[in-house]
Amino acid sequence: MATPWGGLPRLGASLSLSCLALAVLLLVRTAAAAKNSEDVRCKCICPPYKDIPGHIYNRNISQKDCDCLHVVELMSVREPDIEAYCLRCECKYEERSSVTIKVTIIIYLSILGLLLLYMVYLTLVEPILKRRLFGHSQLIQSDDDVGDHQPFANAHDVLARSRSRANVLNKVEYAQQRWKLQVQEQRKSVFDRHVVLS
Amino acid sequence: MAMWQEKEHTKRPCWVQPTVLSAGLKLGRLVSPVFGGPGAMDNRGFQQGCFNSFQSSSSDEDLVDIPGTAMNFSLRDDVPPLDGEIEEDKSYNGGGIGSSTRMMDFLEEPIPGVGTYDDFNTIDWVREKSRDRDRHREITNKSKESTWALIHSVSDAFSGWLLMLLIGLLSGSLAGLIDISAHWMTDLKEGICTKGLWFNHEHCCWDSDQVTFENKDKCPKWNSWSQLLISTEEGAFAYIVNYFMYVLWALLFAFLAVSLVKVFAPYACGSGIPEIKTILSGFIIRGYLGKWTLIIKTITLVLAVSSGLSLGKEGPLVHVACCCGNILCHCFNKYRKNEAKRREVLSAAAAAGVSVAFGAPIGGVLFSLEEVSYYFPLKTLWRSFFAALVAAFTLRSINPFGNSRLVLFYVEFHTPWHLFELVPFILLGIFGGLWGALFIRTNIAWCRKRKTTQLGKYPVIEVLVVTAITAILAFPNEYTRMSTSELISELFNDCGLLDSSKLCDYENYFNSSKGGDLPDRPAGAGVYSAMWQLALTLIMKIVITIFTFGMKIPSGLFIPSMAVGAIAGRLLGVGMEQMAYYHHDWAIFNSWCSQGADCITPGLYAMVGAAACLGGVTRMTVSLVVIMFELTGGLEYIVPLMAAAMTSKWVADALGREGIYDAHIRLNGYPFLEAKEEFAHKTLAMDVMKPRRNDPLLTVLTQDSMTVEDVETVISETTYSGFPVVVSRESQRLVGFVLRRDLIISIENARKKQDGVVSTSIIYFTEHSPPMPPYTPPTLKLRNILDLSPFTVTDLTPMEIVVDIFRKLGLRQCLVTHNGRLLGIITKKDVLKHIAQMANQDPDSILFN
Repeated sequence: MATPWGGLPRLGASLSLSCLALAVLLLVRTAAAAKNSEDVRCKCICPPYKDIPGHIYNRNISQKDCDCLHVVELMSVREPDIEAYCLRCECKYEERSSVTIKVTIIIYLSILGLLLLYMVYLTLVEPILKRRLFGHSQLIQSDDDVGDHQPFANAHDVLARSRSRANVLNKVEYAQQRWKLQVQEQRKSVFDRHVVLS
Repeated sequence: MAMWQEKEHTKRPCWVQPTVLSAGLKLGRLVSPVFGGPGAMDNRGFQQGCFNSFQSSSSDEDLVDIPGTAMNFSLRDDVPPLDGEIEEDKSYNGGGIGSSTRMMDFLEEPIPGVGTYDDFNTIDWVREKSRDRDRHREITNKSKESTWALIHSVSDAFSGWLLMLLIGLLSGSLAGLIDISAHWMTDLKEGICTKGLWFNHEHCCWDSDQVTFENKDKCPKWNSWSQLLISTEEGAFAYIVNYFMYVLWALLFAFLAVSLVKVFAPYACGSGIPEIKTILSGFIIRGYLGKWTLIIKTITLVLAVSSGLSLGKEGPLVHVACCCGNILCHCFNKYRKNEAKRREVLSAAAAAGVSVAFGAPIGGVLFSLEEVSYYFPLKTLWRSFFAALVAAFTLRSINPFGNSRLVLFYVEFHTPWHLFELVPFILLGIFGGLWGALFIRTNIAWCRKRKTTQLGKYPVIEVLVVTAITAILAFPNEYTRMSTSELISELFNDCGLLDSSKLCDYENYFNSSKGGDLPDRPAGAGVYSAMWQLALTLIMKIVITIFTFGMKIPSGLFIPSMAVGAIAGRLLGVGMEQMAYYHHDWAIFNSWCSQGADCITPGLYAMVGAAACLGGVTRMTVSLVVIMFELTGGLEYIVPLMAAAMTSKWVADALGREGIYDAHIRLNGYPFLEAKEEFAHKTLAMDVMKPRRNDPLLTVLTQDSMTVEDVETVISETTYSGFPVVVSRESQRLVGFVLRRDLIISIENARKKQDGVVSTSIIYFTEHSPPMPPYTPPTLKLRNILDLSPFTVTDLTPMEIVVDIFRKLGLRQCLVTHNGRLLGIITKKDVLKHIAQMANQDPDSILFN
């Protein structure tokens, strides 16, 4: 990377993304390897035939045994009809990974939850905190932002302040504020000026 | 100021936006007035004038000039820099970094970066491509020197394929995540699985023994909301509870989606394909393919799809894949710094997106080629192929639907079709074309209304209202209540004996013992009731989709279009089937459809109808047929699909010139130079170029006589994004072209970092500094930012050639000369304006500003 400061975090972010992808893939592979018994089924669908009603059978059974004779309960069928009945049945062997489903749903819900929390923080909690911390005078200073009651409206402000101090922790805040400014600008062009994406 | 600037430098190069800079101005910080003023984004045109003196010159000479210049272009396309000037070109092409470091040692990368672009600007393909070639040449030369350099060159060559692998993996995994979660959340509207909360309806009853033939998806572990809340499933009250919960969940999902989009990433709304098309053609929208857009689009796409709105996930998946591509580009130097190379990667990423959306890898590659890409060399074709393959493989190993397929609506019938059936297929094509034209007209009208009136001020309320209407109308009808993908899957399905759904409620005769082919059968009561329900669904989908597409949530229109077509096709198919059954003695039937034969497959009609409607809306042909054919996995149906797609394109083209994506590009006024259309007007370069006859002179810089102050005045007084450099004002002989952004940055840096540079310093663009009298301030050399090979045409070049040059080379601007003297300039936006003017459209509405 050309610059240590600019390149590394970016590389890190991208690598972590690709790691996530690989992790998901690996997870799927291991989940497939540790197949638990409820993750395979042999499903036979038998349509109604003469006076025998239609049926759907699900069995945990290995792939080689997945046929009508092993799966379908033929007790209720009369002997001469068994062959005709079975001919109409369709048996399919299917696999799924319940671990993948479970993990995916949990990942999705936790990301959604985090985003919602952050959204609530940004829109409701932060303005109150800021007002309490910086008092009334700050609000008057940023005159042209007062009318803007959207979240991040004070980003210009904080950006200006964080410029004067330069320690590592502030860099995080600085990056956050810059991101807020970008979002604010995007929001203006999409929702107010309607120049893009309308 | 300095400290902040310093931080800016170290943090992230080439990502400073005008917003940050203008924020600086707002706070009264000391920002040089030339540095990123509000006009920085505004590059409406270049400068003007100064050809009065040339107007009297004889036209004979001009005619001689034309072939010479034209040949000049064709050469330059292949041979990047002029041979004699390779050394100099290298320093300038490398982004001006090489020699500027000598001047400013501690500043390794110029900060907003020489050679980068402002937001909402167009890139210069020629410059970017030649920069990449120089970079490549440098690496190849170095690789002979040491082993480490050799390894570096090998890894550089390999990085493209590695990047494709990563894009495939990431977009495949994200598609799997979206599929699984969307399926689960869609079912959450109706109930919940007590066996495991994370199972959707189908997987809840996956291994249940208590499913019956009549009620395929009813099992004790799946509880509807009425069962959970009032512990009964029968009666009006339970119905009302379910209805209420359905609408409530839909509203909740839609509200979450739109507020997440609004708070975190406004760019995540819409389908994204029009913007990606524009970006691939060389436009810059900063943040459109960023991390937050990716996260928010992925998350909200699931919410939007599961809210039951009439939208699909296919278009947004292309955007998601492109975000993956763009983000992963940052890992590789080769792609991070070069906008043209990055666009090659994005083309391939778009292919991967379609590949996972439809489970059609080849269709994805062709979609990228036919619909989205602008510059698509063969190398990109192979890379797209690989990315699509990896993405499809990843999704397949996640197996999101549990049916070992990549999509929900996979089809598995192989019954043959008869030649006569081409007539109904063409009818479906006509329907698709009509639907496409109607949809584009009304949707664009509605979007224009949203853009211009008060409606656009209330995106959240709009989404909630549309969701409420959709949900309230959708619940009573079972075909609108189920998700659109499931509906399509049911419509595509060929009714066998095994199906017990209403749509397959035919009167069965058990006289044949064959399990496989079923003859045409008379429809039962279920089919008739399904027919009118489907007709209602058709009307509702047609109306509601028009208002849904373009709302401020992620929304694709492949699935709703396909649903409209599939419903129409199925209706026609069932109609044909019944006609063939009851009137098999008619002349049109009796030659090929005897009684008791299986002549008509309604599922095939649904498929053809879906293809026709999708074709009518998007105007795709080849990629559409390949996608549909990959969905069905049957070669037999290529001809019907082709017939329908072609007819629908003809009909739709006759009624409206452009597809939905182009219409949205035009609505937003993105500077997109359509490569498919011919320019056929007999105008000349001098009719288009700026300055016009009565305008002030063209703003030029001289190569060795202007002071820093002069240049700064020029910069602050004009808003042009570049200036031609001439030998002297008197001779107007062209030396090169310098970009405003590069100029601002270089002067700013020199003033800060280079000793003795003051306002009266002379700026020179020549190889050696001009002779100076003693005791003058030190001079400033800016040759490294000068483009020594700008494109030039003569003033009598026909516009069709100029348009072709702009299209094929992806130029940003082109200088116009007369007898070798600089006369004017044509920018991409001038060309677009001119095309719009020639097509009798309002030129100002076309352009992005």
